[in-house]
Amino acid sequence: MAESIRDKVAIVGMGCTKFGERWDASLEDLLVEAGYEAFEDAKLEAKDIQAAWVGTVASDRTGQFLANALKFDYIPITRVENACATATDAFMNACFAVAAGVYDIVMAAGVEKLKDNPYTGLAVGGGTLTSGVEPAVPPPVQFALAATRYAHHYDLPMEELKRILAKIAVKNHANGAKNPKAHFRREIAVEDVLKAPTVAWPLGLYDCCGVSDGAAVAIITRPDIAKQIRDDYVLVKGIGFAVSGRQGLLQDDYDFVHFEENVRAAKMAYEQAGIKDPLKEIDLAEVHDCFTITELLIYEDLGFAPRGRARERVDAGTFELNGELAVNPDGGLKCFGHPIGGSGLRMIYEVYKQLQGKAGPRQRKSPTLGLTHNIGGRPGSFTCSVAIFGR
Amino acid sequence: MAGIVSYGTYVPLFRLGRGTAGWEGPAERAIANFDEDSVTMAVAALRGALTAMDASTIDALYFASTTQPYAEKQSATTIGWGANLRTDIFTVDCTDSLRAGTNALKLALDATKAGSAKRVAVVAADNRLAQPRSSFERTFGDGAATLVIGEDHVIASIDGHLSFSHEIMDTWRSADEDMVRSWEDRFRLEKGFIESLRESVSKALQKFGTTTKDYAKVIFSAPDARAHREAARALGLEAIQVQDGLFSVLGNTGTAFPLMMLIAALEDAQPGDRLLLASYGDGCDVFSLQVTPEKAQLSARRGMKAHLAAKKLLPNYEQYLRWRGLHQPDPGVRRPPMPTPSATALFRERETNLRFSAAKCRACGTVQYPPQRVCTKCGKRDDYDHVRLADKPAKLFTYALDYIAGSVDVPLVVCIVNFEGGGRALMTMTDRVIEEIEVDMPLEMSFRKLYEAEGIHNYFWKCTPVRIRN
Repeated sequence: MAESIRDKVAIVGMGCTKFGERWDASLEDLLVEAGYEAFEDAKLEAKDIQAAWVGTVASDRTGQFLANALKFDYIPITRVENACATATDAFMNACFAVAAGVYDIVMAAGVEKLKDNPYTGLAVGGGTLTSGVEPAVPPPVQFALAATRYAHHYDLPMEELKRILAKIAVKNHANGAKNPKAHFRREIAVEDVLKAPTVAWPLGLYDCCGVSDGAAVAIITRPDIAKQIRDDYVLVKGIGFAVSGRQGLLQDDYDFVHFEENVRAAKMAYEQAGIKDPLKEIDLAEVHDCFTITELLIYEDLGFAPRGRARERVDAGTFELNGELAVNPDGGLKCFGHPIGGSGLRMIYEVYKQLQGKAGPRQRKSPTLGLTHNIGGRPGSFTCSVAIFGR
Repeated sequence: MAGIVSYGTYVPLFRLGRGTAGWEGPAERAIANFDEDSVTMAVAALRGALTAMDASTIDALYFASTTQPYAEKQSATTIGWGANLRTDIFTVDCTDSLRAGTNALKLALDATKAGSAKRVAVVAADNRLAQPRSSFERTFGDGAATLVIGEDHVIASIDGHLSFSHEIMDTWRSADEDMVRSWEDRFRLEKGFIESLRESVSKALQKFGTTTKDYAKVIFSAPDARAHREAARALGLEAIQVQDGLFSVLGNTGTAFPLMMLIAALEDAQPGDRLLLASYGDGCDVFSLQVTPEKAQLSARRGMKAHLAAKKLLPNYEQYLRWRGLHQPDPGVRRPPMPTPSATALFRERETNLRFSAAKCRACGTVQYPPQRVCTKCGKRDDYDHVRLADKPAKLFTYALDYIAGSVDVPLVVCIVNFEGGGRALMTMTDRVIEEIEVDMPLEMSFRKLYEAEGIHNYFWKCTPVRIRN
């Protein structure tokens, strides 16, 4: 009978680069930056790592570029891709290997170089040729479809929805301003968001996260080995992972006001971690705010707010840094940008530091459980990960 | 007796006219959207003719145009798929002359009379390009028309025919050029159009044993309104007999022109009316028709009147130039180039993309687009029927406006469309006015050209607001 991952795997070291327009750094440079911070944090070296998983969506293929960057000695490396949940997928598989007892100490890395591209917005494509009839719909437009429908479904004037979404962006910027690793570190006001140019109506520039470069790394081991490395290791409490079979695209009764993949992945993770009341039991959550509307729906899908009523909690400040459940205390995708292959591990980095009491000006008071969440794809067809961490 | 069994027509939505900033022409011209061409307009006109007719009864498709997308690759095959015709039929493209539409009509009549086909669809469409600010630009229009020819349930019999060929460089376009050329105006009017028309009509009437007085309407295409008036005088017609040339509301639609004028005449004609049709282009085709009592039984469809009335004025001339690629401003965003469509994928997806077929699971009834081998709801494998979404009424479930698409039509309107009877698709909307879009609005489907890449013209469906209420 399969058992939960709970308390079988521990993180003993992490590193995270500064995210942003890293013109100065190549893919390998980012991995050296994050990798060596993790080695120093764990007081380990490359030779201690027995296997690795490296996530990237478009920046390179095979695991060779990780071996090259950190000078591993012919170890097994799996290159992972699963849209925006790539890094968490790499992390998850690294955990499985440790929990299965196949390796003692492994590394999970996530990285993306997006700023070497010349394009406006995200332009990740390639792959095999298709018939080319499907419209090329970039992410802001995909999520805008949910925003339009949310306003219609809940009979909200669009102006009201945009005001709520603006508050989410404002919150994340306020948090990012406290984070030296974030790309954007400037506070903004609701007015700034409402006046910003339209990108994909009804979403404007400040409803969208940016395109950036970044990397993050975790060193993972069993709890009995972790005890020998440090006292404040962080345990994995549960990992949920839900991959769509395009049900929402193919079935005409999908409502566009929730993401089923969020609900399923959260359910898996909460069951493994033994969580019954997420709002009460979880202290902080790093969620996938690629767009403000995404974060709004996440509140409802992950059980932080009742269906259709997340806006009440936004107005009440429930998810602020000092609220009942801090969402995106590090500034989120909004302030870090979204180097796709790296974001999942950047989120785990914040949770890891928070649980160790090392989050500085963003520190939550005695957190016990932290959550990370990624969602990648488009409404109707996502890959979603939810991971829970604790001490 | 062979003749017209059904007809269909298509006039694009937009007009250049009074009120278009930067446009000086006195008349209104119908202009195709950037995503329309002679193939897409042909599909629209053919679907119109098949409003109340089973598409599978069409035995042959003759497509006429001087602006077909390929010099080597038949357009009639693509049009057949878009209009849901069978594939065990004779398809042919007729081209090179403004008379190609009536050329095709003559061939269709011959085929019907010879018994090699029971029902022939003759479709003519053109969107000819004119030099900016030229007189051709003021007189050309874009459009398409279909006549279905057969011997059963004929609404207008075609009783007589005569053709003359006429060798002259009056108006022409070399195969490697975009723009139509012409020689001096008086020469092409007198020695081209008028001379050929007068001689052909005169000889035709002798052959038919009739005079112009026997016809309720005389329908003839002409290069422009002035030439049309001169020809009417030259033929000795009474004003009431002259079928409106539609120059002030449509423009000269090339190969489609004589057929569109004929359809306009049929819309108003009474059983027993005799019609004379003459079409000029490198010679003349002349036909004598008579409307039958069956015409009263013809089911309602969107005809010339409805199409001409349902129109939108282009706000400025610059938009027309952009649509035609005559003026290509920087899109202001850097987007990746359009990848080449895979011809193998296009081939595999013909049913899905060109016929716009969804799959309806035989086990649970779920309609899914694109068709799935394994049903998304019940998991049954390879057990479904095709359902054609193109003709289903639809509603807008949700939408977004993409301002960084870098496409010709910014903002690009991206839609989730729900179809009556089930099924849903992600589509873009065309022929739209942004301020008029709202969730739940009714939609209909239109066959369009998405783009051209590496010499492949990629056709697919887009949704549009309902243009004409039936």
